[in-house]
Amino acid sequence: MRRYLPLAAVALVVVGLQLALQAAGAMYYLTQLTMAAGYCLVSIGLCLLMGYAGQLSLGQAGFFAIGGYASAVLTTLKLDAAAPAARLLARLGILAERRDAFENLLLGVSPWAALLAAVLATGLVALLIGLPVIRLKGHYLAMATLGFGLIVFRVLLGTRFLGEADGIGGVPALPLFGLEVTGGKAHRVESYYVAWGLVLAALLLAVNLIHSRVGRALRSIHGGEEAAGALGVDTARYKLATFIAGAVLAGVAGAFLTHYNGGIGPSEASSMKSVRYVAIVAVGGMDNLWGTLLAGAALSFISLRGYLGSYDDAFFAVILIAVMLFFPDGLLRRARIGRGGG
Amino acid sequence: MPLEQLLQYFFAGITEGAIYAIIAIGFNIIYNTTGIINFAQGEFLVLGGMIATSLAVVLPLPLAVAGAVAATMVVGALVDLVFIRWLASPSVLRLVVITIGVSILLREGMLHAWDEKVRALRNFTGTEISSVRILGAHIAPQALWVLGIAGLIVAALALFFRYTLAGRAMRACAANRTAARLCGIKTRRLVTLSFCLSAGIGALAGCALSPLTQTQYDMGAPLAIKGFTVAILGGLGNSTAAVAAGLILGLLETFSVSLLPLAYKDAVSLAVLLAILFLRPGGLFGRREVQRLKEF
Repeated sequence: MRRYLPLAAVALVVVGLQLALQAAGAMYYLTQLTMAAGYCLVSIGLCLLMGYAGQLSLGQAGFFAIGGYASAVLTTLKLDAAAPAARLLARLGILAERRDAFENLLLGVSPWAALLAAVLATGLVALLIGLPVIRLKGHYLAMATLGFGLIVFRVLLGTRFLGEADGIGGVPALPLFGLEVTGGKAHRVESYYVAWGLVLAALLLAVNLIHSRVGRALRSIHGGEEAAGALGVDTARYKLATFIAGAVLAGVAGAFLTHYNGGIGPSEASSMKSVRYVAIVAVGGMDNLWGTLLAGAALSFISLRGYLGSYDDAFFAVILIAVMLFFPDGLLRRARIGRGGG
Repeated sequence: MPLEQLLQYFFAGITEGAIYAIIAIGFNIIYNTTGIINFAQGEFLVLGGMIATSLAVVLPLPLAVAGAVAATMVVGALVDLVFIRWLASPSVLRLVVITIGVSILLREGMLHAWDEKVRALRNFTGTEISSVRILGAHIAPQALWVLGIAGLIVAALALFFRYTLAGRAMRACAANRTAARLCGIKTRRLVTLSFCLSAGIGALAGCALSPLTQTQYDMGAPLAIKGFTVAILGGLGNSTAAVAAGLILGLLETFSVSLLPLAYKDAVSLAVLLAILFLRPGGLFGRREVQRLKEF
């Protein structure tokens, strides 16, 4: 039971923060906190991969973008109701109607079906990329994942139906049990809770994973891949599974934030974004979920509020370098005692 | 495709390829002495171009280029002295992340020291519209300058590694670092020297490139990743093969433009990078037996 205590604490903080902001009349902070939750999701995935399995990925922003763009493309489709494709989708019950600014009826894929497609798409790409990539080590792994992220970025920038440099806008809200996830003022509180609910769910999965046989296998890979292999751990499979899990979390975050922001642009896939996630996990203490969560929320919030101005990227670079120079195992480390239970 | 057009593509390809080869050699020099891939290699080119454009306002062109090369070499040495030299046996992951951080820092530094505008050094000879006719193809004189300078860099480095004490020490260091240290070679100094050298040739290539493709603060990363592709293609650490690999990638990229949209040009070389990493991480020219002993 003890392992779930931090989770309850996070939930309390989430609620407390919202109530405090309401009391202080500073609800506008919720917008950045909601977006920070999305980036926390990506960071949790990377934390599993980098901190626990010990594999660096400089391509997480690519997966975020794949999830986001899949959602955006499907939900903003303009299908002709008479077309065979539309009729097929309608029979599957995954079409959604929406109205444009001129009250014209538009047909697209429903947000939940699109979300599912986004998850599948990210998972599939992660599988195809992961199969060869995850065998690489060190520089090669870093460059391969960086290269993957850059390809995604270039393709987004160069493809007409993905909006080129403008990205895709006009993405509808994500409905959930009568709530709506969207950027408008009226839905600020519910979007905030849905976002952090997602983060809590991801944390719950991650905590259970870490304390399972899989988690122990991942740690053994980090400790020494050969030794782990010699003990009978199927290192390739575990690394690949973690890679895919991290990618899917990034994809979900991408889809969620695309609904929340009402669109997505190619800058979400830039390598600088991927480097940020690495910086967050490094500050968070590498194999420290809670540290990653704190770092992800705090750093994303600071950056999103625009406190750093044009020194935004430089700030993340300085943090990254400083942590790596002085705290190579990550900044927010817990005491060494009781690591196994943490 | 008519012959003239083919030649036109060919010259464009080898010009770009020559630049990639120089970047790859920059990677190799540092990799050989330290085992580090310096992710900030592309920034050295941009920095060289930036400093040269600013110096060219007040100085004659050759002096501006020389000044830019010297200044970038100092920056290269500083990168090693400040961020790398004092680390005791750092892990690869740590060094990767640090050099990535340094590359962002250099890029953001250039953004704030200059601005986000595109700037260009003037052509070394002739103007933007002058061209040399070779077998019916029109070549910009600057492209010939790029090829000439690249050739010069390769030749000078070959002589340096063969005949000078420092060059030989660096080769010894590349072959076996521990043995080199036991022979009394001060490996730490060599690391600083290799950063200096890489920065210097990068800056020179950046100056030669500037009149052709312009210089902008954020051009470093794409250049670096292509240089890295070439370094891997030739086999990491092998600078002769890097020249051949550079030309191959340059030609591949240029000819891809005739088949694919221009926007995908960068994606082509990245796909080459991924393919080579997956299929033959030891490079096109690496021997299979040697590859099996290496860790990728």
